[in-house]
Amino acid sequence: MTDLSKLTIASARDGMRAGEFTAVELTDQYLAAIAQAGALNAYSTNTPEIARAQATAADARISAGDAPDMCGIPLGIKDLFCTKGVQTQAASHILDGFKPEYESTITGQLFDAGAVMLGKLNMDEFAMGSSNETSFYGPVVSPWRRGNDTTELTPGGSSGGSAAAVSADLCLGATGTDTGGSIRQPAAFTGIVGVKPTYGRCSRWGVVAFASSLDQAGPMVKTVRDSAIMLEAMAGHDPKDSTSADITVPNFEAALTGDIRGKKIGIPKEYRIDGMPEEIEALWHEGAEKLKAAGAEIVDITLPHTKYALPAYYVIAPAEASSNLSRYDGVKYGHRANIKAGEGITEMYERTRAEGFGDEVQRRVMIGAYVLSAGFYDAYYIRAQKVRTLIKQDFEKVFADGIDQILTPATPSAAFGLGEMADADPIKMYLNDVFTVTVNLAGLPGVSVPAGLDSGGLPLGLQLIGQPWGEADMLNTAYALEQASGFDAKPARWW
Amino acid sequence: MSIDTETARKVAHLARIEVEPEALPPLADALSHILAFMEQLNEVDIEGVEPMSSVTPMALKQRKDEVTDGNYQEKILANAPDSREGFFAVPKVVE
Repeated sequence: MTDLSKLTIASARDGMRAGEFTAVELTDQYLAAIAQAGALNAYSTNTPEIARAQATAADARISAGDAPDMCGIPLGIKDLFCTKGVQTQAASHILDGFKPEYESTITGQLFDAGAVMLGKLNMDEFAMGSSNETSFYGPVVSPWRRGNDTTELTPGGSSGGSAAAVSADLCLGATGTDTGGSIRQPAAFTGIVGVKPTYGRCSRWGVVAFASSLDQAGPMVKTVRDSAIMLEAMAGHDPKDSTSADITVPNFEAALTGDIRGKKIGIPKEYRIDGMPEEIEALWHEGAEKLKAAGAEIVDITLPHTKYALPAYYVIAPAEASSNLSRYDGVKYGHRANIKAGEGITEMYERTRAEGFGDEVQRRVMIGAYVLSAGFYDAYYIRAQKVRTLIKQDFEKVFADGIDQILTPATPSAAFGLGEMADADPIKMYLNDVFTVTVNLAGLPGVSVPAGLDSGGLPLGLQLIGQPWGEADMLNTAYALEQASGFDAKPARWW
Repeated sequence: MSIDTETARKVAHLARIEVEPEALPPLADALSHILAFMEQLNEVDIEGVEPMSSVTPMALKQRKDEVTDGNYQEKILANAPDSREGFFAVPKVVE
């Protein structure tokens, strides 16, 4: 038996190649761990037959000596990715029983590389949420607790199942998606590494759409090295996604030298927000000091339009969502409501969507419909798109001044309790994305790196923001930060 | 901008989401609250700024105008709640 808590993608790859264990053995061990972790509600669908078949095939490739890095690596797949013949619901009631007839480009690439799918991972409905509480499957429970306090905490969202599964050793890596922070915030809440690549780096084809100009998939894993390995397997040009970039994918792992001497790291003053806990402020300062000690130059910078990122996001994302989600009409797939005698197709559409969408999704679809409606389009949507240009220009200016990466906190707090935000207004929940959402609006890459624990023993993360297509360099700085932080905390097993 | 009950009803209909009459006033409040948050955008000077319409400046790729896909009616209908004789079936739309 392998100690899963110590295993990484890199060490599993090396261990399988050295013949220390097989992909089938590893897969069986993960399937057993998943079977005992029902209390976390991280997996929404288990696929043990597929996993064993893929692991058997992976072992044959490893024996033959032609195995890619991801060969035999057991993964969890966020429920937002279409997986052929396997339930894919985006954690929504409206996609009840949907089994795609096709495979998303990203999962297809991972499986071609020999990766093993253990199952589908729970998430916020249509990736709309920051706590995993909007899921039709019920919330994911974080494996982390505040010391001996048994309060159930959120793993974050929307990729909450992915974060909980990686953190609790229920897979070696997971796919996530990030529209406003949905990879980086849950990664920070659970002490793992999460990468949101440059917009266009990974194909969106076959990933259930939320906000098309912001959505980007990425890896959620235990270490920066693992993120480099998995990102390389997920990335690349796809003719089926017209926004995917035809740019060479570098060997990200080879970029991890840990040498960041002479790199310029920007510290944006606008990210010092009112009410931010002192612990976060201290963690941020320590992170900068560590990068400085490793030879980087720390530079104070300004990103003046930061304050307007959240309101711009909450115009643009719901607008795109209302358009994307118009396809759920009870005709082509999923749930259809019953209608009464005398009612017609309009009642069928409206009732199907009322029954099929949860409250938060309904709210965003309606906000989107409003800001796109005649008479308001210019006042809201066009204005937000102009503010988005200004936010992007803020970043372009600092990068033109020679800044290599930007260091910020990943989240304004540690994980909160499930239900704690139930009575809060939606905007309070939206504030979770305050440090991450600018990156999506500007299309940049970002990575959340675990950097420490708060006084309650919960993980806190720091975010590095890179230049467009600068993932390799960004991950190298993240690697240096990871080495200097020496974060190795794990949740104590209670499930 | 505050949304009244009548506007909330219209928005719900635009979004094709059935909302019971008694749920309209709280919906109007919720939507008004979120829109008030967005009002901050009015502080920004956007004179002469182009709206951002693409994330990365790149030309859309073109490909040969030829059929690359199709001919799988059964797959397309496989997930339909109701399909008959090779078509999606819906409630009667024409009297």
